[in-house]
Amino acid sequence: MPTRRIPAQWIERHLPKLVVSPLFAASLLFVYGFIAWTLYISFTRSAVLPSYEFAGFIQYERLWDTPRWYVALTNLFIFSGLFMVGCMAIGILLAILLDQRIRIEGTIRAIYLYPMALSFIVTGTAWKWILNPGLGLEHVIRGWGFENFRFDWLVNPDMAIYTVVIAGVWQSSGYVMALFLAGLRSVDDEILKAAAIDGAGPIRTYSSIILPIVRPVFLSAFIILAHLAIKSFDLVMALTGGGPGYATDMPATFMYSFAFQRSELGEAAASAVMMLVTVIAIIVPYLYSELRRTGR
Amino acid sequence: MTRTAIDGIVRPKGARNRVLRFLLFFILGLFVLYYLLPLFVMVATSLKSLEEIRGGSLLSLPRNPSFDAWGKAWDSACVGVRCNGLRPYMWNSVAMVVPAVLISTTLGALNGYALTKWRFRGADTIFALMLFGAFIPFQVVLLPMARTLGLMGLAGSVTGLIFVHTVYGLAFTTLYFRNFFIGVSDGIVQAAKIDGAGFFRIFFHVMLPMAPPAIVVTVIWQFTQIWNDFLFGIAFTVGDSNPVTVALNNIVNTSTGVKEYNVDMAAAILAALPTLLVYVVAGKYFVRGLAAGALKG
Repeated sequence: MPTRRIPAQWIERHLPKLVVSPLFAASLLFVYGFIAWTLYISFTRSAVLPSYEFAGFIQYERLWDTPRWYVALTNLFIFSGLFMVGCMAIGILLAILLDQRIRIEGTIRAIYLYPMALSFIVTGTAWKWILNPGLGLEHVIRGWGFENFRFDWLVNPDMAIYTVVIAGVWQSSGYVMALFLAGLRSVDDEILKAAAIDGAGPIRTYSSIILPIVRPVFLSAFIILAHLAIKSFDLVMALTGGGPGYATDMPATFMYSFAFQRSELGEAAASAVMMLVTVIAIIVPYLYSELRRTGR
Repeated sequence: MTRTAIDGIVRPKGARNRVLRFLLFFILGLFVLYYLLPLFVMVATSLKSLEEIRGGSLLSLPRNPSFDAWGKAWDSACVGVRCNGLRPYMWNSVAMVVPAVLISTTLGALNGYALTKWRFRGADTIFALMLFGAFIPFQVVLLPMARTLGLMGLAGSVTGLIFVHTVYGLAFTTLYFRNFFIGVSDGIVQAAKIDGAGFFRIFFHVMLPMAPPAIVVTVIWQFTQIWNDFLFGIAFTVGDSNPVTVALNNIVNTSTGVKEYNVDMAAAILAALPTLLVYVVAGKYFVRGLAAGALKG
């Protein structure tokens, strides 16, 4: 066999690997390599410039000594709790209502879901205007005769985080509706028939038969919403900019602020690692079960 | 049991059910208003004059609709010290989104095809490892990426953003194409191999002609994600190279001068228009992307 044909055959045989490997290498470098870099930096005294001298847990000690970090964590708990409950409640309600075979379902569904196509910056801009203390909803309701009505959550440090919840639920609840509607539609008609024969009313049919069947959808929706909540950055930036002061800071805005505005690389890296750990705790068990389900 | 038994749980017969049916449409209607209200407020505000905004109600229709605010938002509103409106930043976003979507989709298709139809040892592990990249909080790569872009000479440029979006978009496009190609019969590929077709011939002449649904979903999803991105835009670009989301945020949150709410709203609508149009035209495919990859937020 002539020697020059061997490389060609070799290439042809290994072509799939040759195609995959640069992409895989990019993923190794830009995902895992970068995570490793951030992790390492979180164990150094890096400030404006990265330093590569190992310094132990000093940045984590500083992070957990920073009052602003506790504000960010408290906000994350408030936001993600209310955001998830709000989206789930509205999403499930709308999915059940839309499941009643109504004629204009397609149009209504499209209206419920369009906010998902918007940027959080656009959503934030719109709600910032609607919730404007001087000219927004407050003004409208005063105009209806409630002269003493006050709605200044946007500029009230104690209440501003709830405006983020309001805008977040508006944007994402339609998505939960779509998830549950798909789940409800996959329930076998025979089961519904059997329930009807047994004389179960609509509320009983849903609460004790259909919703238990679509239990996996609860898990998916929970994971997706928790993931969205932990990563929420755009919406806070557009709606409150993290303010008043840092009253609506979340881990994502905290990290951005320490990394790019205050040049505290080490502490920023430590906060990013905390975010990653939280996401991993939620996502990895889920991905593992999903891969086992869909893989061969 | 008649057919009506499975036409939903709330059946359209009997007085009690008619009440339920009315209640059903009432609640659905309320939520239609809830979701449309912000859009209505945005459009109405953008068509009003500043005096009318100050004197009137958020919910009223504009008395003398005018597109002045739109014109200003498009080419003369101030973003920081530059007063060229949103137009240059819209073009930045277009220049960013088109190559990033094309490259990440093409590479994702190749990758998904190689990982499913030319299964080699470790293919599943490679896929699982790459998939993880779709779910990380990007904060964890911001600092090293900022330095890497600096080293590559791409700091603060649209090219840098294309690179970043391509790299982190790959996980989703690979995921979607892998799940699509896994459903394509291996027999077709085997037959093509026996006929002597190689890796790329099978890809271009056998797989791609079957893949338009997957391509449409991926392109729409990537387009929406990249157009709407804010984090990479604000972290990796400055001033002139900002994408439209960052410019919009700067216009709205500028603290100097008179607050022009009508211009803010017009700018927000302009920035939202491309993804809204895609949603109106191809909502069906957008929803499929949501189902597959909403985890990547």
